[in-house]
Amino acid sequence: MSLLQVNHLSVAIHAHPVLQDISLNVDAGEIVALTGESGSGKSMTSLAVMGLLPRGAQAKGQIMLDGTDLLAQSEAQLCGLRGRAMGMIFQEPMTALNPVQTIGDQVAETILVHEKTPRAVAQDCAAAMLARVGLPGDRFPLSRYPHELSGGQRQRVGLAMAIALRPRLLIADEPTTALDVTTQAQILGLLKELVADFGMGLLLITHDLAVVGSIADRVVVMQKGRVVEAGPTATLLAAPAHPYTRMLFAASRHRVDLPSPPLPKPLLEVRQVVRDYRVRRGMLGRAARFRAVDDVSFTLQRGERLGLVGESGCGKSTLTRAILGLEQVQGGTITLEGEPVWTGARANRGVRRKMQVVFQDPYGSFNPRHRVDRLITEPFHLLDRPPTGPDRQDAIAEALTSVGLSPADAGKFIHEFSGGQRQRIAIARALIIKPALIVFDEAVSALDVSVRAQVLDLLADLCRRYPLSYLFISHDLTVVRSITDRVMVMQAGKIVEAGATEAVFSAPQHPYTRALIAAAPRLPDIARPLIHA
Amino acid sequence: MSRHWPNRSLMIGAALVLVFISGGMVSLLWTPYAIDGVDIPNKMLMPSAAHWLGTDHLGRDILSMIMVGAQTSIAVAVLAVGIGMGVGIPLGLWAAARAGGWLDEVIMRGNDLVFAFPSLVIAILITAVFGPGAVNAIIAIGIFNIPVFARLTRGAALSLWRRDFVLAARVSGKSGLRISAEHILPNITSLLIVQGTIQFSLGILAEAGLSYVGLGAQPPIPSWGRMLAESQTLVSLAPQLALIPGLAIVLTVLGLNLMGDGLRDMLDPRIRAER
Repeated sequence: MSLLQVNHLSVAIHAHPVLQDISLNVDAGEIVALTGESGSGKSMTSLAVMGLLPRGAQAKGQIMLDGTDLLAQSEAQLCGLRGRAMGMIFQEPMTALNPVQTIGDQVAETILVHEKTPRAVAQDCAAAMLARVGLPGDRFPLSRYPHELSGGQRQRVGLAMAIALRPRLLIADEPTTALDVTTQAQILGLLKELVADFGMGLLLITHDLAVVGSIADRVVVMQKGRVVEAGPTATLLAAPAHPYTRMLFAASRHRVDLPSPPLPKPLLEVRQVVRDYRVRRGMLGRAARFRAVDDVSFTLQRGERLGLVGESGCGKSTLTRAILGLEQVQGGTITLEGEPVWTGARANRGVRRKMQVVFQDPYGSFNPRHRVDRLITEPFHLLDRPPTGPDRQDAIAEALTSVGLSPADAGKFIHEFSGGQRQRIAIARALIIKPALIVFDEAVSALDVSVRAQVLDLLADLCRRYPLSYLFISHDLTVVRSITDRVMVMQAGKIVEAGATEAVFSAPQHPYTRALIAAAPRLPDIARPLIHA
Repeated sequence: MSRHWPNRSLMIGAALVLVFISGGMVSLLWTPYAIDGVDIPNKMLMPSAAHWLGTDHLGRDILSMIMVGAQTSIAVAVLAVGIGMGVGIPLGLWAAARAGGWLDEVIMRGNDLVFAFPSLVIAILITAVFGPGAVNAIIAIGIFNIPVFARLTRGAALSLWRRDFVLAARVSGKSGLRISAEHILPNITSLLIVQGTIQFSLGILAEAGLSYVGLGAQPPIPSWGRMLAESQTLVSLAPQLALIPGLAIVLTVLGLNLMGDGLRDMLDPRIRAER
């Protein structure tokens, strides 16, 4: 019998069905991936297993863990099982840890909640568990606080808490989505080891098919609250049967056709740019300097699609803000068509009107109180004589049409649109003043794969129709590979490698680039003829 | 049942407040008796058909005095909150727009300075210099309100300044002033309205407190606080003299607080979405 067996589980929230007839099972020592796009119900399934469904939710069916029906347990009984029989780790390691407790106390706490052991024994167990997840006591004493650790280290602490009592079942909800690729590879490796060592069952929830391919024994694909396909990873990846699964694969490996760029003519020139931050320790502590961008130089040609990749904290955001004229640099120059972005102490308006930006978060990029027409015409503020009346209406209609929306959408509020549509509106806002350069700052990172593929297609299409030049900043190597002509790799404030995208990806020179590419999980190559199901 | 509660508290609160506001409004045109009508033979009467709430130690009609007193209390509180919002909100927005800079530091440390003095001490300071009176009470309570709104505005604005839509506005070359007016302020209005009702009720309490110690409205202008003070020595003889203005204060403050609660629930989209 399986360790975890979910039979015909249906969940409704306020009579609105969210999960329908879910059946799946996880054996001891097995990794089962639950995958699908946002809203598919994968997280809801894991919450149902943990008995953490939101209020107003009603579950029917059966969830058997080691012969116990979890749906029949009282809240008190479930509390006894959570942490002891089943552990869980979450996506965001910073918010999952208590910022004012030391890591030793937090791990020990999960032990003390369930077992009557002296605190000292629990602390010893915590130390052993932290060492097991790669945080040895000599380098990471128990007295550390979460903010003193990196994202990957915090996720290790979360993992130590989840497995402190050696639960039979571990549920990991997008455990590596918030992490950099190299860290992700380490955490996935660690999960795999722990499953083998402890004989745990792991239910891994992830939207990333490449992660699924690299770690899972079996895959369950969900769509709109139903299981559409399940099977051993190798079989399912080699021959996905359901159209939705095929579409997911096609979208994940989606490549776009970019038109060839025009003859090189410098557009954006960045010369020896340096940006320091003052970091003060304590109120009276001595100021130290942190160099976020260190002597960066590059040229972006007119019509060129340039990528910038690097892990979090490498300085790409700082560099972007400097290019956009939002922050002044301490050294070096940034010019667009020969004109400096900063003149004196102010950002140059004439230069600014030639640049626009698209941000990552499709929800936070818009003032929720304004309508679409007002939102996308905001850049008109940069023009000396912004269009009014019918000209303004025409500009709005053209911008919306060019991103595949209808001019009638201008009167709607932003909450009436989906994430992908919002990103289209963000692109419309950037296009409306016909800028020479658009900066895409992780612009597709928050989107589901199918939506991401559509937005990437839109970009390629816009490249064919307009003389578009852009700087595409992302941590996602697959996307950058598909959508750029040239790529730069940034590490610790410096550009360590730059070159034609295909050349850099197929023959990386710098060790860091090689590490990045090696760490990125890859979709196994499967039979080609599954184009757009 | 909890789903309907926010609206109900708003309704009850608004009704209570409306009773006192309309009492004050009506008193501008008409009161049952003249408030300076001293009528010693009829002093300290119990409530009756002629005097609904009885008379005080000088034989004045208490209902009339409560009505005119409502005028004073509400006017002082409204103007004081007005000063607090009018000065505090722009200061808070300004500080948030220059967060981390010296201007932010100057504004916020100035706020701390005002915050550090209890309102009563400020009021005594002001009245010591300018003399007691309703106008000075307004100024004193108003000054105390400034840091409340400045802090609240700055805190809420700071989190909005980090949002991408503000960054997008900056990329569009909009100035800090313009972003504050267009993007920040509309998104924190509900928060400020709710705080406004709470400060309004505190203003009424503060006015009553100042009048009680003789620093608020001066005789013959009636005020709830002074009615309480005057009835103090007679409380064993005629407890209704203290109870009635006391109840007026309690009910107005309760009404305003209920309104604040109801408004917060109504304006908070997270709570609204749950309903």
